[in-house]
Amino acid sequence: MSLNSPTGFFSTKITDALNWARKFSIFQYPFVTACCGMEYMSTAASHYDVDRFGAGFPRFSPRQSDVLFVVGTINHKMAPVLKSVYDQMCEPKWVVAFGVCTCTGGFYDNYSTVQGIDTIIPVDIYIPGCPPRPENVLDGLMKLQDKIQKGEQSRTLYDPNAKTGRPAELQKYTITQHIKNIES
Amino acid sequence: MTPLEKVQEKFGKDIVETHAFRGDETAVIRPASLLAVAKFLKDTPELDFNYLMDLTAVDYLFFAGGRIQKEFRFEVVCHFYSIKHNHRLRLKVQVDDREAPDGRKHPEVDSLTSLWASADWYEREVWDMYGIRFKGHPNLKRILMYEEFVGHALRKDYPFDKRQPLIGPQN
Repeated sequence: MSLNSPTGFFSTKITDALNWARKFSIFQYPFVTACCGMEYMSTAASHYDVDRFGAGFPRFSPRQSDVLFVVGTINHKMAPVLKSVYDQMCEPKWVVAFGVCTCTGGFYDNYSTVQGIDTIIPVDIYIPGCPPRPENVLDGLMKLQDKIQKGEQSRTLYDPNAKTGRPAELQKYTITQHIKNIES
Repeated sequence: MTPLEKVQEKFGKDIVETHAFRGDETAVIRPASLLAVAKFLKDTPELDFNYLMDLTAVDYLFFAGGRIQKEFRFEVVCHFYSIKHNHRLRLKVQVDDREAPDGRKHPEVDSLTSLWASADWYEREVWDMYGIRFKGHPNLKRILMYEEFVGHALRKDYPFDKRQPLIGPQN
């Protein structure tokens, strides 16, 4: 596809054009629960400026947004709320796990914390870090754009036994496992 | 005369032990005398402890890796402060875990809500996390965890890898 075509028009598949439009008009829903929110704000503000990627317009209604940014620790009391927010979003929709707490639970391996939001909703992009640097977030955003352009969406949840639905780097290393390793 | 000395003078027989370090004073008292001591702290003009700064608990099960055995399991710790006199006092109440003669299952101490309104949420948190009941509390229900949660998460015998999710995979 070239905009400099000598004939003055170009041809493409309709889905490619749609996906191209979608990836540069990301309407995000920031589900901000914890300290990662500060880093999210600095990414969104003018210095790093997510608007360069067409993602500068957060919607605070899930019904008007197509990317769910889960920013910060999700605990078991909050989990049903997150699920219902996700369920209210219209297709096509994508989910970004922002920060290591949303990816795996992070160092909160305890009674209250969800051990990765991919146990509840399917996650497309994992941005680990505590908190991730804005450059890291922008990298994740561009990877999400690639995914949108290809028309891909994650549909699988994390299964700890089958070890599916989560990158190998983020497979959970639990305290229980750690203690077993020390004892053996 | 420091606040601790005043309390010792009045409630000598109810005090198990005292401790003071660089002006931070602590009195360990028997649970039956908690309400009387607290009322004395609040209503005596020279003491005037009008501010309950903190109320929490300690679980001494497996204390020091099980090397130290205490005859009681829990300790409820209250921090008092007087805005007028700028002095502080810490009260520790020993709470036994053994089943009471009336058959109740949870350890119980008197509630301080009748004296300090701020005790309300502190005591709900202690109930939520340690399972200590407060007699006379107007609304003793969980404050942080959800109602479906079984057990009390900060008790030392609560398994650290036990999960009780509302949705999502069970362990």
